[in-house]
Amino acid sequence: MKSRTTRRDDGARPSRPGPAAAAQAPDGASHAGRPTLVADRVSRAFDGRLILDGVSLAPRPGSVTGLLGPNGSGKSTLLRLLSGVLAPASGVVTLDGRPLGDWGRRAVARRVAVVEQHADTLVELTVLDVVRLGRIPHRRAWASAGDADEDAVRTALERTGLTDRADRFWHTLSGGERQRVQIARALAQEPRELLLDEPTNHLDVQHQLELLNLIAELPVTSVVALHDLNLAAMYCDQVVVLRQGRVVAAGPPGDTLTESLIADVYGVRAEVTRPGPDDRPHIRFLGTVAVN
Amino acid sequence: MTTPLRSSPVRPALGAAGGLRLAAGLGSGLAVLAVSVAVAITIGPADIGVGDAWSVVASRLGWATTDLTPIREGIVWNLRLPRTLLAAVCGAGLAVCGAVMQSLLRNPLADPFVLGVSSGASTGAVAVIVLGAGGGVLSVSGGAFVGALGSFALVLLLSHTLGGTTDRVVLSGVAAMQLFSALTSFVVTTAADAETTRGVLFWLLGSLSGAGWTEVGLCTAVLALALVVCLAHARTLDAFAFGQDAAAALGVSVARTRLVLLCVTALLTAALVSSAGAIGFVGLVLPHAARTLVGPGHARLLPVTALAGAVFLVWADTLARTVLDPQEVPVGVVTSLVGVPAFVLVLYRTRRVR
Repeated sequence: MKSRTTRRDDGARPSRPGPAAAAQAPDGASHAGRPTLVADRVSRAFDGRLILDGVSLAPRPGSVTGLLGPNGSGKSTLLRLLSGVLAPASGVVTLDGRPLGDWGRRAVARRVAVVEQHADTLVELTVLDVVRLGRIPHRRAWASAGDADEDAVRTALERTGLTDRADRFWHTLSGGERQRVQIARALAQEPRELLLDEPTNHLDVQHQLELLNLIAELPVTSVVALHDLNLAAMYCDQVVVLRQGRVVAAGPPGDTLTESLIADVYGVRAEVTRPGPDDRPHIRFLGTVAVN
Repeated sequence: MTTPLRSSPVRPALGAAGGLRLAAGLGSGLAVLAVSVAVAITIGPADIGVGDAWSVVASRLGWATTDLTPIREGIVWNLRLPRTLLAAVCGAGLAVCGAVMQSLLRNPLADPFVLGVSSGASTGAVAVIVLGAGGGVLSVSGGAFVGALGSFALVLLLSHTLGGTTDRVVLSGVAAMQLFSALTSFVVTTAADAETTRGVLFWLLGSLSGAGWTEVGLCTAVLALALVVCLAHARTLDAFAFGQDAAAALGVSVARTRLVLLCVTALLTAALVSSAGAIGFVGLVLPHAARTLVGPGHARLLPVTALAGAVFLVWADTLARTVLDPQEVPVGVVTSLVGVPAFVLVLYRTRRVR
């Protein structure tokens, strides 16, 4: 028991394609079109500390990619680089082959939508007001909302099941409802790429599953930072595991989320089983790794 | 969790129908403002009717002749009309500045003076009045304007050095406010005699008694410019509801937008403060009142806030110059007496939202 869960040497990791290679050039890309939003060896430091160190990512169009890793591993920073809110210190993020910096902020916002970890506001907004914010990148300065805007808002509300709650005020909503409203706002942007930073935080189990179901069904390319390995295993097509700003493993959850990797990255003993027919792993935590 | 604060939460889109409704609303708002100005002109020690006032305006514009005596004509044209118009312009400008600052800095308590503009203006004005700075070339208004822009430049520099986030802007503004208030007090207590101190105090509390056509023209021009710029950024301001990062993710150039809007509001505040002193609470309270009327969307909020501020200050100034007749109360005192209860209400509402 103990021998299986103690920390391994780096060289002892099971042989599989190098993590950077797997993330950089997903061989499945040819089946579903070329990756559109691509991070190529991006790095970023804050106060002299390297938060991201040469990370590459090329999510398959239409897939759900899970970003995993302990706190401070660089998940949020990577999402900020992918949305163009933050510029990489080195490396480049491209959208359709063009660097994000060349697109212009509005043009990026028409393609890439972001759902933050805990969005909140003091402004008294209704659900409808919030979802309409998603149309801002599509509208000119003096123009009023057109049919296309109203259609996109209506579709986004329907898709997230919020149509009958459109008049509710933001501050009266539960955490799960707020996250759904933010996703509706993101959908109103009519994005082809959707970035979500720990969207299931503070949600109860039912809402966590509902939310990830919704994300998995959307016809967009999603990149989701997640804490819960089992949720990632259930809903992600690919996972990318970060530790201290570097990719340490990447690939389908079934191949990637192994007992040794979990011990290595999280310092936690775990038992990985495959109870279902679809090769999705189930992770049972047994305790922290003994320090020796 | 709290219940919705308004009974009718449904707000229509600003589409074709919404646009018509907005136009109708603004039309009636303008009518209220016009009536307020006309009536305010007639109120005062000299008995003047709306018809008299109108005949003076018509004769000055060369449309007709007036049969009023030159003194009464002077009261309308040189005193009451410019003063009432300056009240309207100041009210509109301060309220718009407040609405923009509150959204931009995500702080419901932000007002036009949070950037240190008013305290800088006070220091500039006091330097001219008490110390004779500028050697007679610089008027009190001129000194106030220079002081206002100097203080704003300091706030920008400070907030940039401290990291450039919105909370740093607010904190830098508070620091500048304290610094320049201390400078003003220092100059007044060490150098001014009792009579000068009275004059300074009147100016500090805000007063429209010095209004002339020069001030009206200058402030109107700056207000028009600021309104156009702010309205062009109305949707961008909406995007700041969930913070800077959310705004950036919605395609807003956050740094550029913030710089443009801070500069425009500081310029407008400087123009208004140098003409009328630091009239408090209009910029803090009126935007909140307007929000309860039309909701938080800036395409509607900004024009409604401007109109509400204009009407409010016209009446506040009418009250200020008549309530203790023949003595005059500084208009800032009146706005604060009305504003403090409203301020408490604002705090109470933010408590409920949280």
